[in-house]
Amino acid sequence: MNLDLRLDTSGDFYARKFQPTKREDTLILNMGPQHPSTHGVLRIILEIDGEYILRAEPVLGYIHRMHEKMAEVMSYPQYLPNPARTDYLHGLAWNWAHVAAVERLMGLEVPERAEYIRVITCELNRITSHLLWWGAYLLDLGAFTPIMYAFDDRERIQDILQRITGSRLTYCYYRFGGVSNDIDDRFIEETRKQCSRMKPRFKMFKDLVTDNFILRKRVEEIGEIPADTCRKYGATGPVLRGSGVPYDVRRAEPYSVYDRFDFNIPSYDTCDAMGRYLVRMDEMQESIKIIEQALDTLPEGDYIMPKAPKKPKPPAGDVYFALEGARGKIGFHLVSDGDKSPYRLKLRAPGFSNLSLFSEVSEGVLIADAVSILGSLDLVIPEIDR
Amino acid sequence: MIVKSLRETMLGMWSLLVGMKVTAVNFKSTQITVHYPREVVHSLEGYRGHIELVPSDEDPYKPKCIACNNCVRICPSACISLTAIKPKKKAAEKTEAPDSADEVKTKGKKEAPAKKAKPELESFVCDYNYCCLCGLCVQSCPTGALRYSSNVYLAGFTRQEFVLDLLSRLQNQAQKKEQ
Amino acid sequence: MIEAIPTQFIIIFVGLLAVMAFVGLNAIVLVYLERKVAGFIHRRPGPYEVGPPCFPHGILQPFADGLKLVGKQLFTPRGADSILFWLAPMISIAPAIVCFIVIPFGPHLQIVNTNVGLVLILAFTGINVLALCLAGWASQNKYGLIGAARDISQGVAYEIPLLLVVLSVVFMTGTFNLFDIADGQGAWPWQWYIFYQPLAFVIFFICALAETNRNPFDLPEAESELTAGFHTEYSGMGFACFFLAEYAYMVVASCIIAILFLGGFQGPVLPGVWWFLAKVYVLLLIMIWIRWTFPRVRFDQLLNICWKWLIPLAVLNLLITLAVIAI
Repeated sequence: MNLDLRLDTSGDFYARKFQPTKREDTLILNMGPQHPSTHGVLRIILEIDGEYILRAEPVLGYIHRMHEKMAEVMSYPQYLPNPARTDYLHGLAWNWAHVAAVERLMGLEVPERAEYIRVITCELNRITSHLLWWGAYLLDLGAFTPIMYAFDDRERIQDILQRITGSRLTYCYYRFGGVSNDIDDRFIEETRKQCSRMKPRFKMFKDLVTDNFILRKRVEEIGEIPADTCRKYGATGPVLRGSGVPYDVRRAEPYSVYDRFDFNIPSYDTCDAMGRYLVRMDEMQESIKIIEQALDTLPEGDYIMPKAPKKPKPPAGDVYFALEGARGKIGFHLVSDGDKSPYRLKLRAPGFSNLSLFSEVSEGVLIADAVSILGSLDLVIPEIDR
Repeated sequence: MIVKSLRETMLGMWSLLVGMKVTAVNFKSTQITVHYPREVVHSLEGYRGHIELVPSDEDPYKPKCIACNNCVRICPSACISLTAIKPKKKAAEKTEAPDSADEVKTKGKKEAPAKKAKPELESFVCDYNYCCLCGLCVQSCPTGALRYSSNVYLAGFTRQEFVLDLLSRLQNQAQKKEQ
Repeated sequence: MIEAIPTQFIIIFVGLLAVMAFVGLNAIVLVYLERKVAGFIHRRPGPYEVGPPCFPHGILQPFADGLKLVGKQLFTPRGADSILFWLAPMISIAPAIVCFIVIPFGPHLQIVNTNVGLVLILAFTGINVLALCLAGWASQNKYGLIGAARDISQGVAYEIPLLLVVLSVVFMTGTFNLFDIADGQGAWPWQWYIFYQPLAFVIFFICALAETNRNPFDLPEAESELTAGFHTEYSGMGFACFFLAEYAYMVVASCIIAILFLGGFQGPVLPGVWWFLAKVYVLLLIMIWIRWTFPRVRFDQLLNICWKWLIPLAVLNLLITLAVIAI
């Protein structure tokens, strides 16, 4: 057996740049882009000593699709389907960020009913996103069953959303000045039914997974991210809230009608994977609370502005709109020069910031823990690469 | 210390049993699978499939489309292409239009000359390979001549099979309705 | 001519063939069972479509799987040690078959009745560790290497409590002969050793899960960490051999548990063979059930469970047993 071949690191550009340290007994392990636990095409180069990780370096860009550049060559309505394709798990939030940024720049007044519809659908979408994360995370930890239970509920919510939005995953539902379809009584009834169905399911999830001894040992005190580290890297969303900072854009700078609802911002100061896990589990229940309140107080009226611009041409200027996605703060920085397409569009993807702290956190942990940490960050690679 | 650790372990073992109970309960409960070829899902209402042409009120063989090209212009992925025959001034010339001039079209044209003649749709092709199902074409249509089909059972072996000729699809639908 | 061959050899030869058939049959049943149980737990039907309508519920699925594996290209990765690479699956499957020779399936159904049956099984199952180690090492794959390393430390660590609890049963019965151990227990459940040695039963069961690399201890092949661990590079029959061996060792482990703690072929009314198979399959079902319920433990936790809990408890159990016997 040729030992040099085994330790051969002269792979591609990244592997060559990732030179081994002076220690001779380490191994360079290339995790991804095709690896079961990197969820898509994330690639991580690891230097390991036995099973302990000495260094980890994420390599990005395998699914870069120039979403920002695309905006510059498309008119505003043409870009509508794009944002949902960046983060396909919480597509409606991205869709919303785009339309809301344009609305803010143009000073459009969205009808109240449309805002309520947006809140309801976006929160439903948030639940599906968290459910999928939950299942996939448990898959990372080696349990196969939870993802099936998660998909049971997820499919039902997708059925509800499909009737209204027309799609199941990459939504293109919101329009400048409202939404593309009104919701009907059947939607309201089905959503209520689903909300009441979800509540006992959470207890089952808790019994099956959250309280499970093996799982607790796998996530408690694993991947501790102090709040300072989160601030340093700009991590937001459940990652930040799992570190004890109750920062949520819905509360910090309320957009739309979120200031009218009564909901909590769950946060845990354990800073570990369990904290992030519990934040997401609680968030699903808070989302259900929001949905039920919104359904109770759903106003009558238009679902889209009567004179919604078909071909918006925002005035010259720039605008920043941020909202809370399932993974954190989604930001749209739009610079317009008064033309029919943006001069420049900058997307702030929360996953990018959340991933960047991985290499600091994963130093000195086991491979299995690195997988657990990576899962607890809830990464969606197309969103990171954009 | 030892007592605490023992207690924790015992509680942990109990949690494992609780987990096994959950899976046991699910083992016994009914299945939720839809056995596809034998049963189909019924929740296709509102599904945004590929687009199709809406027949006009007078003639089910004729689309409402006025060939304004709005959909072609708005489509983000440029998957719609349509061609239309420019209306000529004289009705006589129209009947000699260079298309296949089957009886359907002549029937439509006989009614047309009363009003200011509108462009006649010659072909309407949606390249479904590129479609991103955003629905902008449907919304941009001034006459409501496009709608979503709920055609989810699409499968093919070549790309060419997904280049949909919507005009002939419309005529097929109309024929089916007649029969 | 035929008289020249000792009858013992003929019996062993015929027995080996029968055992091979049994192992193959078991694998087929277990593959189907595992997928069906998983399906039902997930509230889906599991394999359903394979085969013509006269074979409902996809009962031809295991055969289709087997055909697929047989038909696949055998692939040796570049730089791999091809001799060791292809030796490993064979080393993995061969001892598993030998183990069945000494197992008493019924009061009159045993190929070889030897006084060291238990020792023989423990010795032969240990070879599997070597096979997985070779597979991981020879496949020139870093994931395989880590999987092999994991497998060795796991296998070696869990042999210790396994042997200790086996010893406590052996001290009770005073024999390594599997037939005698089973025969020593009564027909009724309260006469089985599980009631004299409940702790030993639990420890043995956990060790059996770990030794057969079943979830929650399937670390050598942990698919979310090591893609597929030691068998990452194997295709076709190479993989099938490991797969077959895993199921064979599961059956062996269940057989030993059934013999040591559940009275083996002892049982009221029904003939012994059926009791034995029923017990084995209940244990296998529990193993499958556990697999589809729990997440995977981490590697250091796995060793901690062994060294900090199972070994002390096993020693304690052994001491108590000895004390009771001495009194």
